[in-house]
Amino acid sequence: MSIWEYANPKKFMTTTAPILPWVFAVAIASTVVGLVWGFFFTPEAENFGSTVKIIYLHVPSALMAINAWLMMLVASLIWLIRRHHVSALAAKAAAPVGIAMTLMALVTGAIWGQPTWGTWWVWDPRLTSFLILFLFYLGYVALWASIEDPDTAADLTSVLCMVGSVFALLSRYAVNFWNQGLHQGASLSMDKAENVSNVYYIPLLISMGGFVLLFLALVILRTRTEIRQRRIGALQARARRS
Amino acid sequence: MIALLMRDLRLAVRAGGGFGLGLAFFLIVVVLVPFGVGPNSDLLAKIAPGILWVAALLAALLSLDRIFALDYEDGSLALLATSPLPMEGAALAKAVAHWLTTGLPLTLAAPALGALLNLPGPSYSFLLISLLIGTPALSVIGTFGAALTIGIRRGGLLLSLLVLPLYVPTLIFGAEMVRRGAEGLATATPLIMLAGITAGAIALLPFAAAVALRINLR
Repeated sequence: MSIWEYANPKKFMTTTAPILPWVFAVAIASTVVGLVWGFFFTPEAENFGSTVKIIYLHVPSALMAINAWLMMLVASLIWLIRRHHVSALAAKAAAPVGIAMTLMALVTGAIWGQPTWGTWWVWDPRLTSFLILFLFYLGYVALWASIEDPDTAADLTSVLCMVGSVFALLSRYAVNFWNQGLHQGASLSMDKAENVSNVYYIPLLISMGGFVLLFLALVILRTRTEIRQRRIGALQARARRS
Repeated sequence: MIALLMRDLRLAVRAGGGFGLGLAFFLIVVVLVPFGVGPNSDLLAKIAPGILWVAALLAALLSLDRIFALDYEDGSLALLATSPLPMEGAALAKAVAHWLTTGLPLTLAAPALGALLNLPGPSYSFLLISLLIGTPALSVIGTFGAALTIGIRRGGLLLSLLVLPLYVPTLIFGAEMVRRGAEGLATATPLIMLAGITAGAIALLPFAAAVALRINLR
């Protein structure tokens, strides 16, 4: 019993089929609980009014925007090293979800920034690095879309993902080189006893968990779709030949 | 490797089009900026470092798809792949040829265009140094992007979408160095970072480009 068994598409399909509805259910339930609790049942923050409540969308989506890229990097490495097709397809499936998360983090950030900083956009290191991340996602998806042969596409996008990761990281620290901008530092970290007051923290944790599960569910769903498309392609090719 | 380099250089110079085109493009972009923002010389002096760097970057981008496209079409890239020269060496030679035909002329032309933009006096040397150190990174990164997209017909637009985000760190440090130089601040930190990016790109990206080439030639 090893994790590599799931690299077999058939095993992957039969294993994820019963799990997927449950992941979706728990993801939606915890997202809804986290958001509703956060939006309606937390006290308004001092000095900020209700604007601060967008944090329940902003932080989880930003979290997943980065984690989606990390997941793509790991999946690309697995594809390059062990040539498991499911891994390459999972990376392909994760990219559009990552785009959506990045866009959501950017848009909610802009909406949040307008009343609190008085501007929709500043060229702050954190904001800029997310914009660059967004561009990397676009390039990655565009490269997938423009190569016909699936194995070549998987190989090339994996190489791009690896090189892109290095440069995304580099850009992240390069923009730091400008001054520290308006965005506050990390408000959540493991080594502090209490990060944000518990009243806000617990619903935030719930909605972050919800977003993680939602990402997982969407990626599994999209990977299943990709596998099915691959099968359809194979069947059609076989039909053409006979 | 040197033979390949010389061959590419001769092709670039004699075939026409590629060699002067990048320079002309650089000139036009720089000339267009005052039309866009107005002829206010204080403003131009302030934005000149950034404009020159962005324009140089776009001009370098323009000739990237020539690096491998023709060789891929007429099959000489496949010959290169079977030659004793490793693919990494071929990629590096191509990058050097690209730099010699694009990056170096751009660097040498930049001070003249800086005069057009009313670039402050002390920053010319910084502009020259930053471009001299930064443009090799542009060529190597671009070679990697070109290697990724050779199999795609009309891949030019895709190439720029892939390559431009990779250019961000180089651009930031390059323009930052000139800006600091213009304001009389210390320029050592951005210079070191810029040189570090270039050295890292030259050391590592030929391998990535070679991998991409091998995949595309499969």
